[in-house]
Amino acid sequence: MGKPKTIIEKIWDKHVVHQEEGKPDLLYIDLHLIHEVTSPQAFEGLRLKKRTVRQPSRTFATMDHNVPTVHRNVIKDEVSKKQMDQLQVNCEEFGISLADIHHKHQGIVHVIGPELGLTQPGKTIVCGDSHTSTHGAFGALAFGIGTSEVEHVLASQTIWQSKPKTLNVKVNGKLGTGVTAKDLILAIIGKFGVKFGTGYVLEYTGEAIRDLSMEGRMTICNMSIEAGARAGLISPDETTVDFLRERKYGPDKTVFDQVAADWLDLASDEGASYDAMVEINADEIEPQVTWGTNPGMCIPISGTIPNPDHAKNTNERNEIEHALAYMGLEADQTITSVQIQHVFIGSCTNSRLADLTRAANIIKGHKVNSNVRAIVVPGSQSVKIAAEEQGLDRIFKEAGFEWRGAGCSMCLAMNGDIVPAGERCASTSNRNFEGRQGTGARTHLVSPEMAAAAAIEGRFIDVRQMPVPTA
Amino acid sequence: MEPLRTHQGLVYPLNRTNVDTDQIIPKQFLKRISRQGFGQFLFYNWRYDENDQLKTDFSLNDPKYINASILVAGDNFGCGSSREHAPWALQDFGFKVIIAPSFADIFYNNCTKNGILPVKLSENEVQKLIDHATATNYTLTVDLEMKTVYDSQGFKANFNLADYPREMLLNGWDEISVTLNYADKIEQFEAQHVVY
Ligand code: SF4
Repeated sequence: MGKPKTIIEKIWDKHVVHQEEGKPDLLYIDLHLIHEVTSPQAFEGLRLKKRTVRQPSRTFATMDHNVPTVHRNVIKDEVSKKQMDQLQVNCEEFGISLADIHHKHQGIVHVIGPELGLTQPGKTIVCGDSHTSTHGAFGALAFGIGTSEVEHVLASQTIWQSKPKTLNVKVNGKLGTGVTAKDLILAIIGKFGVKFGTGYVLEYTGEAIRDLSMEGRMTICNMSIEAGARAGLISPDETTVDFLRERKYGPDKTVFDQVAADWLDLASDEGASYDAMVEINADEIEPQVTWGTNPGMCIPISGTIPNPDHAKNTNERNEIEHALAYMGLEADQTITSVQIQHVFIGSCTNSRLADLTRAANIIKGHKVNSNVRAIVVPGSQSVKIAAEEQGLDRIFKEAGFEWRGAGCSMCLAMNGDIVPAGERCASTSNRNFEGRQGTGARTHLVSPEMAAAAAIEGRFIDVRQMPVPTA
Repeated sequence: MEPLRTHQGLVYPLNRTNVDTDQIIPKQFLKRISRQGFGQFLFYNWRYDENDQLKTDFSLNDPKYINASILVAGDNFGCGSSREHAPWALQDFGFKVIIAPSFADIFYNNCTKNGILPVKLSENEVQKLIDHATATNYTLTVDLEMKTVYDSQGFKANFNLADYPREMLLNGWDEISVTLNYADKIEQFEAQHVVY
């Protein structure tokens, strides 16, 4: 037995194509996912230099950021349409598989990768999108890249990377009833800040992480980037293997068990060492709500909005004051007194079948508050179909939710689904930046359950205190 | 990419922390399919009001910064979305150097791939630069060969940049051409590497 290794080191060592003193390593990429917004300039670059795509079969494309979630046959926004058409042209020209807007596999890139079994333990995965960290839930080394790097990966199937430092995020204990993976990751970012992960790959470990479903793990890894880390991952176990059985692009049935055994071997070895470590107790975590303009600005549902007078330094004071002004909130106000006008259930953080099922369980037998406009946007067409087969669409619609087609939608409001200026949205997405959901829009990040509860009440409420539905 | 060895320019101070790429270039401008022309949309929601008129209360709109080419900002600059449109917009607007106590990883990388030099200095040094640039017309020189930043009044600070991006920037190399010299090694690797 050699020195115990982390999964990060194991994956890294298996992918180094070239190593040289004073340079980053040249790392092989197993899976390259692309979407319409960050790829056009990369293909333009290839064409200008008369280059080809090295491994079209290791590249998979979909449309998600721009796609309308209603009236999908006629795309009214000319510029969006042009970008989507361009992706189609690029994929045809370079021989890349594409799930276009009408394809049954279309969806948010970070939802369809796992769903189709493209995402697997031990793979190196990149995409021109910061939430590529999501795929780390499977024990893959997955990170977001810029468009120049997209072009580089298309041309060479490799990327220059310095070996990252590793950070163990250990979550002890168990999450309480009504407290979800989303609350956990918000609490972690709230506690350690929006840049504690910068320069590291995070590995989430501990009892509460082991207990999570794959959907919960994806929610956690998804928001690693909100902690500053390009990648976050979780060692594979039986939960991972079970999820991947019989997926469309997964290993063939005949070799699956053998491949799965190799996956399990990737898990970090007992006694492996990390460059840094943080710890948090799951038992103490309550449902969370963000109050400010970055995901670290969050408080438990029993909490009050921070007061700039209690800031640690001038920078923090300025930041709190600025955020309060933008968000239209008062210092020391309880979060449960904050009224909302919009609810968005969707995004690559929380739009999978399990997320929608849990939200529907809260909604069942209730009505959306008359001051609230609420929408559900499934993460993929497959999620949408599966949800409809289980009748979730009916539960949402009967309560007064709009039931939409798959895409990024109101997470970044690029497709026309926006929150108007000055209005407030309880959102299951991952970023509450200024203007993210529309110019002047005010975003509060929450779990699907908390979003559902807020839709009914018209304000934030502890989902654990929701009345039991009548039906 | 243009080689970048030394650069002297006017400093624009942006005294804010955690400036995310959604602020640097809002999503409504990400729908273009070429790399050019993003400068006009830089910090759009801070620079323009609802009627697309320039706001007077945002410092970058002050005519005195019109020729600024060095941006100095607070901690964790460029966090959030991986959009390379952010460095494209900064560059197209005229910025060649960005100085901050820390940067988000993807943004930092994206800068070096586009001929923008990201410089990490200490919080104290950055605060000094912000104070100077807020008070007067302030010019700095950045020397990438020596890895120093200095002014004519005695301020001088060293910074670190890994050898690889430094060499790329100094020479203005096209990274893909460099990598394609390793095509044989990539081929050998692929021959023994199984992907399911
Ligand atoms: S859902 Fe939101 S965060 Fe996820 S890929 Fe789409 S825009 Fe990005």
